[in-house]
Amino acid sequence: MSRIITFSQAIREAMVEEMRRNPDVFLMGEDVGLFGGVFGVSAGMFDEFGPERVRDTPISETAIVGAGLGAALMGMRPIVEIMFADFVTVAMDQVVNQVAKARYMSGGKADAPLTIRLANGAPGAAASQHSQSPEAWFMNIPGLKIAIPATPRDAKGLLKTAIRGVDPVLFFEHKGLYNTLGEVPDEDYAIPFGQATYHCHGSAATVIALGGVLPTVMNAAAHLADAGIEIEVVDPRTLVPLDIETLVQSVKKTHRAVIVHEAHRRGGPGAEIAALLAEQALPYLDAPILRVATANVPIPYNPDLEHAILPDANDVISAVTNLISYRL
Amino acid sequence: MALIREFELRAIRERRNGLIPGFIHACVGQEATAVGACTALRPDDVITSTHRGHGHLIAKGGDPRYMMAELAARGVGYCGGKGGSLHMADFNLGILGANGIVAGGIPMAVGAALAFQMRNEQRIALAFFGDGAVNEGAFHEAANLAGLWKLPVIFFCENNLYGEGTPQHRQAPLRDLAQRAASYGFPGVIIDGNDVMAVYEATTQAAERARAGEGPTFIEGKTYRYRGHYEGDPMVYRSQEELAAWKARDPIRRWRERLLASGDAQASELEIIDKEVQEQLDEAVAFAKASPPPPLEAALAGVYGHDHDGRIF
Repeated sequence: MSRIITFSQAIREAMVEEMRRNPDVFLMGEDVGLFGGVFGVSAGMFDEFGPERVRDTPISETAIVGAGLGAALMGMRPIVEIMFADFVTVAMDQVVNQVAKARYMSGGKADAPLTIRLANGAPGAAASQHSQSPEAWFMNIPGLKIAIPATPRDAKGLLKTAIRGVDPVLFFEHKGLYNTLGEVPDEDYAIPFGQATYHCHGSAATVIALGGVLPTVMNAAAHLADAGIEIEVVDPRTLVPLDIETLVQSVKKTHRAVIVHEAHRRGGPGAEIAALLAEQALPYLDAPILRVATANVPIPYNPDLEHAILPDANDVISAVTNLISYRL
Repeated sequence: MALIREFELRAIRERRNGLIPGFIHACVGQEATAVGACTALRPDDVITSTHRGHGHLIAKGGDPRYMMAELAARGVGYCGGKGGSLHMADFNLGILGANGIVAGGIPMAVGAALAFQMRNEQRIALAFFGDGAVNEGAFHEAANLAGLWKLPVIFFCENNLYGEGTPQHRQAPLRDLAQRAASYGFPGVIIDGNDVMAVYEATTQAAERARAGEGPTFIEGKTYRYRGHYEGDPMVYRSQEELAAWKARDPIRRWRERLLASGDAQASELEIIDKEVQEQLDEAVAFAKASPPPPLEAALAGVYGHDHDGRIF
């Protein structure tokens, strides 16, 4: 059996269910308690679990992440929320030098089951410091795992895996997805990291969609299908580990690849995926690997300007049609 | 204290001899803060340490053999030869790690204290840091959180008067750094950091306070390092007179004199300790020398808890 719920509810259900089954799990962050989270993700949790386990913190990202690490090293399973992913910069030493390296520096001994939830993406007129998608920064830091779910089902299943794991996880939640709906199983489930999923099948091109761009990509897929072009939409779901095998498999079938994400184009997740495809699937490619991503500028405040620099369905359609018409 | 001092001197010598490839920040002169503080803790209490952390580790029960092996980058070292001086940790002894980032370990200690408070355990955490760390944001964020939640944590500042190569008074508008505690709602205590009993007593009181649920204490131990910030530091920033003045207040000699004067120890007993220390360090160096380096494939292991079929990602 299954139900239709929002992305935001799915994340809440994952947290609530894990907190019910394990007293070591707790949530802390700015406004996560009484307020219910600035996006309402933790609404109602304060009432069920109280101020000890749903902790409002000062606006202190370094202390939030660092205290999460210390508690994790002592056997707790903290979930910490970075209200806007942009604010993780304040905690960068903790994330990069402490959290990511705790295990390796200690010779593999330290379990650090810390889940860091970050709201990323441009929600509209939030400007340059509340709109970024910084997930690629962390792909360059060994020791972190990175989840970037796009559907309620994946958000719930991946968050459970993050909370139950033994390693630190950065869990990116696109603000534009919070109110999107999707089916989730009724029963308890977890989705392993490193397993891509297909959102539709086709042979014209492989379109790799990351996180918040999935609705845009599915919109483009529908338009392309109307024109008789069937694309394959693949969602890696986690960037670290990355299921490159499934992406290569799809490219072997379609011979064309487009990577779509909301992170900036230069040095974004697409750059790494394109490099891996070039290394592992070049003989199968009939055209260059393309990226559809946000322009290399800070996110502007004006909604028209913002819209102009973010990837949209037309950009995806153009990329796919360009690939199809490409001749070596 | 004698073991810490001799460990440092031996490590410095073995670094010159080529046994130790990395850099060392020696704590010679600061032995009383490490020993006085850690002696006041229980075995299941935890500490976070600093770049100048060998003394803290030894005082918390660290084994000089595995420490020396780690400094020598050997596979049996505390971190499998992958951490070195700056990252030595032994979770079984409650040593959450030295740290290469100034103030980097303080939030971690606060988080450990949060775990103890949430589970109603009688354990506490102690964060060692230097005078330089109190100018870092991590200290202030962590101190605020600990004060707010009355966490069982001790902020132990070893004020050795220099943050790297710049005098403390040129880095902050305060000489007494314990004053900073007031703004976070907990007491700040200033002690002679070269008096091991004073350190022990202050830490004992702070520990009692923490265990009683009354929250953190900031202890500032005034002390001095005889060596440079790192081995090889030309030390252009201080005078020989200043160094000599501090050596006249040497923590180990003062403790010896006190033990002898009170009759708590005989000179012969202290000589035996000195001899045992040398034997222990001979053994540690021999142990490190005899230990093989880690296999090269160890470089790729231990990044994540599960190796995902050996894949590095």
